[in-house]
Amino acid sequence: MSHYPRYRQFYPKLYRKRMPIFWWVHKRAHIHFIARELTSVFVALFAVELVLLVRALSEGPAAYAAFLDWLASPLALVLHALAFAMLIFHSVTWFNLAPKALVMRVGKTRVPAWAVAGANYAAWVVVSAVLAWIIL
Amino acid sequence: MEKIALEVFRYRPEEEQTPTFQTYEVPLHKDWVILDALNYVKDELDGTLSFRHSCRMGVCGSCGMMVNGDAVLSCAAFLTDYRPGPIRVEPLANFPVLRDLVIEMNDFMAKLNRVMPWVVREQEKPVEEGEYLQTPEELMDYKPYAMCINCMLCYAACPVYGLEPEFIGPAAIALAQRYNLDNRDEGNAARMEILSTDEGVWQCTLVGECSTVCPKAVDPAGAIQRYKVASTTAWWKSKLLPWSR
Repeated sequence: MSHYPRYRQFYPKLYRKRMPIFWWVHKRAHIHFIARELTSVFVALFAVELVLLVRALSEGPAAYAAFLDWLASPLALVLHALAFAMLIFHSVTWFNLAPKALVMRVGKTRVPAWAVAGANYAAWVVVSAVLAWIIL
Repeated sequence: MEKIALEVFRYRPEEEQTPTFQTYEVPLHKDWVILDALNYVKDELDGTLSFRHSCRMGVCGSCGMMVNGDAVLSCAAFLTDYRPGPIRVEPLANFPVLRDLVIEMNDFMAKLNRVMPWVVREQEKPVEEGEYLQTPEELMDYKPYAMCINCMLCYAACPVYGLEPEFIGPAAIALAQRYNLDNRDEGNAARMEILSTDEGVWQCTLVGECSTVCPKAVDPAGAIQRYKVASTTAWWKSKLLPWSR
């Protein structure tokens, strides 16, 4: 017989589900993750503010005074309080995750997770204290 | 006998375009796990239900499913923990479904192969020179990552894999690290070409759920973050000390 049955590859009808945009609202851990990621927007805003401050400084005393006036306005104060809270959340969540990335050894023993996180917190306190000493 | 309801995901491609849920009432024995209940359904109530399982004791990694939205090994999830029910049983998330609770895992198998999960040697030493020796401390460097049973719960729990299917993913990267950290292995540079890319470690945004669901405490999230540090160090080294290897 010269009849060759055509080879048909295994071709299943797969069911694929797309992830919805709000995939993260159902679980606490996911909400926590999204909150941590979104707080980085406030970190960026602080960086932008610093750039604007330097620009105002370069434009002369009048521009600098106007910028300081805006910073003292009630709206700016509320925004800064909000941004500060966001930055605290951002820093604390990332410092707590630092031991995941940093595995160090002293001799044969691994540096415990609390020591790695603790070193980050200690550095934070020291840098803040130095800045406070310069500014105040 | 107290009963509990199982809402089981059904998908029969020859019969239906979209999946449905079918409810089965099963006896709530206190020593029964979800897998026992599914076997009861298959034996006593509905022989058409399909699911994978093998060892029944958390070793083979075949019976991973979503139970009430969480990725678990169905052989390790007790019915009594889900009282009063109903218990929603679905196939592992983020994978295409072949039928009922059976997913297609070709993507994971291909990715696993790409990271070369074996001891790579530039040159094998002759047999007469004996075995490659290793101290207990050197063993402990990679042992936690060697506990992976390829159950894919971490892929089902990883939203990054769900959104970016090209991501190499938690288990494959953890297993790559298992060999990178093995002092007998010399495949670090070859693996770096796969791992140190966007679809490698850099797509990971550290949600951390892979480590939460891992039934063997492998901590793939930790493995990926450690590799990010190694990858960054290697990049700086290649820029600042280009003559070193």
